[in-house]
Amino acid sequence: MAVITIYSLLAITLAVSSFKNKNKTKKAFIVAKKALIKMAPSLLMIIGIVGLILGILTPETISQLIGSEAGLWATASGAVLGAFTLIPSLIAFPLAGSLLRAGATTMTISAFITTLVMVGAITAPMEINALGKKFTFLRNGLSFIAALIIAVVMGGILG
Amino acid sequence: MIKVIKNFKIPIILAFIILGLNIFMPEAGNRSIAVMLDYAKEMALIMPAVFLLMGFMEVWIDKDKIKKWLGSKSGLKGGLIAFVLGTLPTGPLYAAFPMAASLLKKEASIFNIVIFLGAWAALKVPQLMVEIKFLGLPFTVLRFVLTLIGLIIIGSIMNILFKNNKLEA
Repeated sequence: MAVITIYSLLAITLAVSSFKNKNKTKKAFIVAKKALIKMAPSLLMIIGIVGLILGILTPETISQLIGSEAGLWATASGAVLGAFTLIPSLIAFPLAGSLLRAGATTMTISAFITTLVMVGAITAPMEINALGKKFTFLRNGLSFIAALIIAVVMGGILG
Repeated sequence: MIKVIKNFKIPIILAFIILGLNIFMPEAGNRSIAVMLDYAKEMALIMPAVFLLMGFMEVWIDKDKIKKWLGSKSGLKGGLIAFVLGTLPTGPLYAAFPMAASLLKKEASIFNIVIFLGAWAALKVPQLMVEIKFLGLPFTVLRFVLTLIGLIIIGSIMNILFKNNKLEA
């Protein structure tokens, strides 16, 4: 879905751009090439770290860490796990659903899901590269705190 | 050449660690490589298009427009535009960073960039569908609302902390 959207968008833009102005189109390619070269090390880094973490950390290990254990410890582990992993939503949500049915608390699962989507320790190198250290640390730090609060509220409301 | 190696220092170190993993813990090592191939494929598919779109944006959309749509005086409308742009089904969060950088360069406000990135990461439409299916509607709706409130607060705090909308201050 994402790929189709993004390439349809690109096809339209490319068509309009080259129809209107060849030079500007060429310039866009140069800008893209420069950005790609600048980002290449962080992209490779993301691939390496994701591989390393998900190689060691299997869904079973995640279940053990935040599975049926109740209490704040599991919630904290969930939040940290979510912050330090990068799992596609097609895998993360089924996993979270099965953990919930296996006895994990709503608080733990919301902490895990919220940090998973909002906090990206693994993608931080790339975020720093694009937006600077201060922005990256603030956005991720504040998101982590927000995730904990969201988890407590969700645990309180949904039980 | 030395500069190239320096730039790729960490990926090279990681490659050695993963090589070690394959020798000493072959099972984890194999999983690592499978995961890396998956992500490499995803990136190879998405990133060229992302960078090209960013290139077109840089060349075609002038600063005044972005400033008007997403700048510090864009108000509620700007926030809404940032939110809608973020929720479109357009791929993983790391694809959004170059876009965000180029929007900031054209004077979008920090607040709107935080909303854009947050919506992109946490409130994406296809992702919400999967979430409803596996975690239920109440969970999804509640997380959506709370996350949106959280993003507005985080954006406001960061908007204050970055004086003059400059990244490194």
